[in-house]
Amino acid sequence: MMELRRAWLRWLSRHPSLRAWSVMFPGAWWLLVFFMVPLGFMFAYSFMERNVYGGVEAGFTIEHYARFADPLYMKILVRTVVYALGCTVASLLMGYPVAYAISRSGPWKNLLVFLVILPFWTSFLVRTFAMIFLMRDTGLINTTLMGMGLITEPIEMLGTPAAVMAGLVYGFLPFMVLPIYSSLEKLDPSLLEAAEVLGAKPAARFFRVVLPLSMPGVVAGSLLVFIPALGSFLTSDLLGGAKEIMIGNLVQNQFTSARNWPFGSAASFVVMGVVLLAVFAYLRSRDDDALAGA
Amino acid sequence: MAGRLPRWLVAITVAVYAFLHAPLLVLVVFSFNDSKFSAAWEGFTFQWYARLLERDDILDSLWVSLEVGLISTVVSTLLGTLLALGLARHRFRGRAAMESLLYVPIVTPEIVCGISLLIFFMFLKNVLHIPVVLGVPTIIIAHVAFNISFVTVVVRSRLEGMDRNLEEAAMILGADEFTAFWRVTVPQLWPGILSGALLAFTMSFDDYVITSLVTGPGSSTLPIVVYGMVRKNIEPSINAISTIILVVTALLIYASDRLSKPTALKP
Repeated sequence: MMELRRAWLRWLSRHPSLRAWSVMFPGAWWLLVFFMVPLGFMFAYSFMERNVYGGVEAGFTIEHYARFADPLYMKILVRTVVYALGCTVASLLMGYPVAYAISRSGPWKNLLVFLVILPFWTSFLVRTFAMIFLMRDTGLINTTLMGMGLITEPIEMLGTPAAVMAGLVYGFLPFMVLPIYSSLEKLDPSLLEAAEVLGAKPAARFFRVVLPLSMPGVVAGSLLVFIPALGSFLTSDLLGGAKEIMIGNLVQNQFTSARNWPFGSAASFVVMGVVLLAVFAYLRSRDDDALAGA
Repeated sequence: MAGRLPRWLVAITVAVYAFLHAPLLVLVVFSFNDSKFSAAWEGFTFQWYARLLERDDILDSLWVSLEVGLISTVVSTLLGTLLALGLARHRFRGRAAMESLLYVPIVTPEIVCGISLLIFFMFLKNVLHIPVVLGVPTIIIAHVAFNISFVTVVVRSRLEGMDRNLEEAAMILGADEFTAFWRVTVPQLWPGILSGALLAFTMSFDDYVITSLVTGPGSSTLPIVVYGMVRKNIEPSINAISTIILVVTALLIYASDRLSKPTALKP
């Protein structure tokens, strides 16, 4: 037994690539078979003909992608990108000050970081329901306002763009705070002292020293918010309803009630395309940073 | 230090923390509200919790969720940890391909992942006539597929912060690679593996979007039942079940935090 074990180790040490792959094989296999291959199927389906019973007919067409030129679908695509960008900007405006405050909060730091991480571990469905509970007609906001006599009719909040935006920001804001905080944390305080000694005012110290040095965090946080917002389904489904559908809802709809699998597949790859663009933009900016740093 | 922050910055920070946490606090408080339709406080009650116990679908779905969560966590933690070891410790051909394979699931929207798996399972069933039944097994396959990468990222970051000298020392002292791995690497890596597993379990336990697409009749997980309740949108029982989910998650995080601390070698 020992002999066999030694022989095996000797053989592996002569073949480093094989050794690595023998460890990684099960995981790589799973990702390949149950992630990449299904995506491949979906890509192929997006070029096939529709079968009204669900499924596809053999053939090749780009009509499903061409349908995005239709104003109806163009509108959904544009709305999705606008919401995702809006959510990213809003999260940045809210998240940056918070990240900055945490990095300067001394003994409170750990607690404050924990409180930002906590929602991330909390059920997304429950958090979305919390938003509904506040915003529905019989929800806390309307009940309170009516109780105070400020309004007589409930304000209709669910199903509006504002509700979807609020839900998206509520859902993804923590992803913005953490990377910005970690880049601010690495910032060398002596740089700020140097700027102060050299006569920079607080605003100048922030805009010319702190902000540029925290840009990697800002860019990473923006990507971490933008991607899930772009592909979000639950938020727009539960808070937006039929009027505010995003592309994730369009995709789901094609596979359930509309029974147009190829169009749903094409819509999925439109989302994937935007996601990949964002990722490439991120990698480019990171490489530029690395070059600038060197 | 805290005193040096401008007042407006403190105000924004407090407001953002309130925005993040107040909705959940409100949800918890109103799970004890003795009123069926209104969000006005009308007295304290446990009746919404009692109501949960009468619903068999909730208890059944809880068991399905636990089964799916535990199995998919064990499998994805094992596979993900092995991937992390390969990536962090070995030089090999095809690294760029492996790295891309690892990051695709992280950037792919859930809905896209779920739909593509549905297409794949339906293809196996209808075209290749493999008897795939949508249900617990397909949910587990899907959950492992989206969890592996996250486990790998977590474990790998721990591995990269570890001291390789300890393993080399063990091997110089006569341990072979297997022994060094089990007696030196794994104990050090344990906190990383645990946090990877916890992440996998929470993501599995919480997932609605992918599960709803690859599930079949009779195998609903807890989020699927909760989604149905949220859709109907009436009973405060949702507040009660939400509160339970929140409390259990908080306990889990606390426990993992306590578990991972004593084994850490460095402060």
